[in-house]
Amino acid sequence: MSGPSTYVPKSAIGRWFESRLPLMGLVHSSFVAYPTPRNLNYMWAFGAILSFMLVAQIVTGVVLAMHYVPSATEAFGSINHIMRDVNYGWLVRYMHTNGATLFFLACYIHMFRGIYYGSFKAPRELLWIIGVVIYFLMAATAFLGYVLPWGSMSFAGATVITNLLSAIPLVGTAITHWLWGGYAVGDPTLNRFFSLHYLLPFIIVGAVGLHVWALHVAGQNNPDGVEVKNAERDTVAFTPYATIKDVFALSVWLIIYAWLIFYIPNYVLDADNSNIANPLATPAHVVPEWYLLPFYAILRAIPNKLMGVIALFASIAILAFLPWLDRSPVKSAKYRPTYRFFFWVFVVICIGLGWLGSQEPTEGLTLIARFLTVGYFGFFLIIMPLLSFTEKTKPIPASIADAVLPKKADAAAAAQA
Amino acid sequence: MASAATIEAPSRRDFLFLTAGAVGAVGVAAVAWPLVDQMSPDASTLALASTEVDIGAIPEGQIVTVKWRSGPVFIRHRTKKEIEDGENVPLGELRDPQTDQSRVKKPEWLIVAGVCTHLGCVPLGHEGKYEGWLCPCHGSIYDTSGRIRQGPAPLNLAVPEYAFLTDTRVKIG
Repeated sequence: MSGPSTYVPKSAIGRWFESRLPLMGLVHSSFVAYPTPRNLNYMWAFGAILSFMLVAQIVTGVVLAMHYVPSATEAFGSINHIMRDVNYGWLVRYMHTNGATLFFLACYIHMFRGIYYGSFKAPRELLWIIGVVIYFLMAATAFLGYVLPWGSMSFAGATVITNLLSAIPLVGTAITHWLWGGYAVGDPTLNRFFSLHYLLPFIIVGAVGLHVWALHVAGQNNPDGVEVKNAERDTVAFTPYATIKDVFALSVWLIIYAWLIFYIPNYVLDADNSNIANPLATPAHVVPEWYLLPFYAILRAIPNKLMGVIALFASIAILAFLPWLDRSPVKSAKYRPTYRFFFWVFVVICIGLGWLGSQEPTEGLTLIARFLTVGYFGFFLIIMPLLSFTEKTKPIPASIADAVLPKKADAAAAAQA
Repeated sequence: MASAATIEAPSRRDFLFLTAGAVGAVGVAAVAWPLVDQMSPDASTLALASTEVDIGAIPEGQIVTVKWRSGPVFIRHRTKKEIEDGENVPLGELRDPQTDQSRVKKPEWLIVAGVCTHLGCVPLGHEGKYEGWLCPCHGSIYDTSGRIRQGPAPLNLAVPEYAFLTDTRVKIG
């Protein structure tokens, strides 16, 4: 959609530069002249919000790494040093910890948006799959980062997650010892986790580059799920329309971010993590951070170790197969009443699993978690394929312009005829 | 030769290409292995192979946790009832069938790794339905012989290598 750039720099220096490296032309065609569907709603602002959160996490993370010490004996103390002694250390650390929460919140809204409006369907399958890869990298990075403060919950989390690999038949235990650099999580583990926690965000940056590239080839989906047919009628320029909208949405998001940082900075942190890691005792109630709770509930719901681990990874991997599980030609749930109903059931299931993941496992709750786990996979494996062929969809508009500008569209259609 | 038209005889160039490729592959593997193996437990970790514990001060009914190879080991001074509970279980009821006798050297002393065989958390002693151990992470329940009875863990708590040096001294590892 972007096509060859028509950008001509105004200054002589700009023209000299552009004829040697067309960097400004790339920026211009991608973020200024780039046509965006005119019916986008605020759900489409989360790409910009996520880009901002990624940059914020990298900037605050680089600063924290200047003061943090990745050593089993000193890590916990160095976090307190950051909180008490380093100038604005408390601020930067709270920006980083709460930033992770808002990063995941924005990511989940972005993903549910994609599922609701069918953004994963042709021609955006690769775009979607790259997104699933980014999500997986985010979860890995967040997990590695959570280990670094070396609190008791950091230690328990590191133990549980690395032990997932011990479920692999025959070589599982050898792999965990290799991963730990010892017979249990310890100093070598902490050091390598720090190294990888610093590395992965830059790999995410690369994957985001591919994500945006694929987006700009296929073009954005939109709330009506019909493709752009006439760029004149169906789209508006990225700048100023989408830019201003993104900036406004980001401003609102920053208010929430600031509220978290300044008013409830420890709300998402586990009190147990204020105790230093103790390899000889596990906290009474081990839970991951909120953004991983649904997967934790799925892991616990299954009474067999290997199957539980497989279900955990399958619950994320299944997202990559959405383009082939949902075969309905209609993209947007706006025109799919039955799909829309089941979408909201799915949202409730995810939230329910999250709540169950935060609770101590009793027999009753485990039973509910099993039902919801079946529901989670059922949405993808039964509801989606079934609705693809049986659902009676509402008529979709002929074009984006027809959807949002009914009167004008009629007049235009009459004029064209 | 009729076959010459369909199958070309290997030339010197093919030979050089294959041998150079093979040497290159060996070179890549030789560089990759140190980069992978550097993560394995190092010499200083392997050196901490055994630990000695004085068990004379542990009263009946108590569990003491000691550190061996950077992880916990439980030393449980079992009561008569706990020993009987462990011994009187039909093997058919067990997920990982082992007799109590095969897991101890002296019935009153149970020595097991304090690592849940599910995902590695440290179970809590005297808890759960069988008053053996309960894992706080995912609810695995072990009996007074450290055998898995309920929950997601697949195996019994591991019995490390150990030896009684005297009646009150144990060497683990």
